[in-house]
Amino acid sequence: MSPHGHDAHKATAYITEQDLPERPLATVPSDVIKTASWRTFLPVIHLEACTKCYVCWKFCPDVAIGIDEAGWPVVRLDYCKGCGICAEECKPRAIDMVKE
Amino acid sequence: MARLTIPAEEYMRSGHSACPGCAATLVMRYVLKGLGPNAIVTLPACCWTVIGTPFPTTALNVPILDCAFEATGASVSGLRAAADALGLADVIVVGFAGDGGTADIGLQALSGMLERGTDALYVMYDNEAYMNTGVQRSGATPLGAWTTTTPVDATSRGKGEGKKDVMAIVAAHRPAYAATVNVAFPEDFLKRVEKTKTIRGPKFLHAFSPCPPGWRYPPEKTIAIGRLATDTNSFPLYEIEGGKYRITRKLGRARPVAEYLKAQGRFSHLTDAEIAAIQSEVDGRWARLLALETLG
Ligand SMILES: Cc1ncc(C[n+]2csc(CCOP(=O)(O)OP(=O)(O)O)c2C)c(N)n1
Ligand code: SF4
Ligand code: SF4
Repeated sequence: MSPHGHDAHKATAYITEQDLPERPLATVPSDVIKTASWRTFLPVIHLEACTKCYVCWKFCPDVAIGIDEAGWPVVRLDYCKGCGICAEECKPRAIDMVKE
Repeated sequence: MARLTIPAEEYMRSGHSACPGCAATLVMRYVLKGLGPNAIVTLPACCWTVIGTPFPTTALNVPILDCAFEATGASVSGLRAAADALGLADVIVVGFAGDGGTADIGLQALSGMLERGTDALYVMYDNEAYMNTGVQRSGATPLGAWTTTTPVDATSRGKGEGKKDVMAIVAAHRPAYAATVNVAFPEDFLKRVEKTKTIRGPKFLHAFSPCPPGWRYPPEKTIAIGRLATDTNSFPLYEIEGGKYRITRKLGRARPVAEYLKAQGRFSHLTDAEIAAIQSEVDGRWARLLALETLG
């Protein structure tokens, strides 16, 4: 019986990567790709107005807002695409979109 | 430490290739926050294959299997059977497909998965057209919407047909659980996802997924437009558990649907009369949903 024949499953348990048939496997984390160059406008957070509500963190489609040890939101500049959602949704208007 | 209203853990990474402001990314981000590290995602052809898997990269910290466009439901049942055969009881199988891949080409596979009673979660992220191939109309495109195959010109006023009611099709299979979710309401979204973990059998989430280029609006408006969809009753939030309907976000009074339509270029050609027709269609669907909820 060929390894891909109809009763092959009786002999083969795909337990480790070596057991799998030849296949393309993608294993490189996507954040090796920097998306900063997509951006025209950059969010600038004014911490004096920030209430630490984390709405910006919650709604960022690119996971490009981190939270530092003191609890302040920080834009991860390598990944922000400048969509403007964080600035639009920030209630106290602590974020400005600034042309780069 | 930070007081967060949704789980801190991230299973979706930066560096993916979604358009700026894309809500389909938030659908995935929230689904995986709710399910945790034991999820395994099967993904057909759709924007998300392009977003998440430009070879050799992957945007998820959980495994992804690429399946054929029409095969998500079958792939879900197969993965569940394989996990069970290997004794991997903790694995949560997730089918994650667009509206074209669910409401149209993958409908038969979805029906099969629901009818077989596969213990898994199926998520349809609904951007209301075939976006990955350039905004062609799908069965889930709403009435009046411009797409490249429902143009606005001398002979056409956008899509001439209404939106296919996928939740009703799913409900007809009597699944263990089904719910609508919207990226504009992450806390509600997470509650629905977390609930799916406590229920055995087939579960379905219809996730509203605004798309800036396809719906023709500026990317910063994704959340605002999502909020308007629910607050105008265009996309009500409700769940169906064991056949019982419950509206999960109820408003004192809905806003006029015109506010939702006027925020998007794909509806910019609509006349007042056309908007009124859409309003009465929305009102009719809402009345029907209220009646279903009363049935208990
Ligand atoms: C059998 C088959 N037919 C057509 C295609 C081409 N195709 C790839 S993605 C896509 C559109 C997917 O639309 P949808 O499921 O709505 O997801 P979206 O792209 O909108 O996220 C199409 C038509 C394909 N990959 N396979
Ligand atoms: S502009 Fe968009 S991508 Fe950049 S941090 Fe704000 S929400 Fe994230
Ligand atoms: S076309 Fe729409 S759904 Fe697809 S990646 Fe872009 S914004 Fe997201």
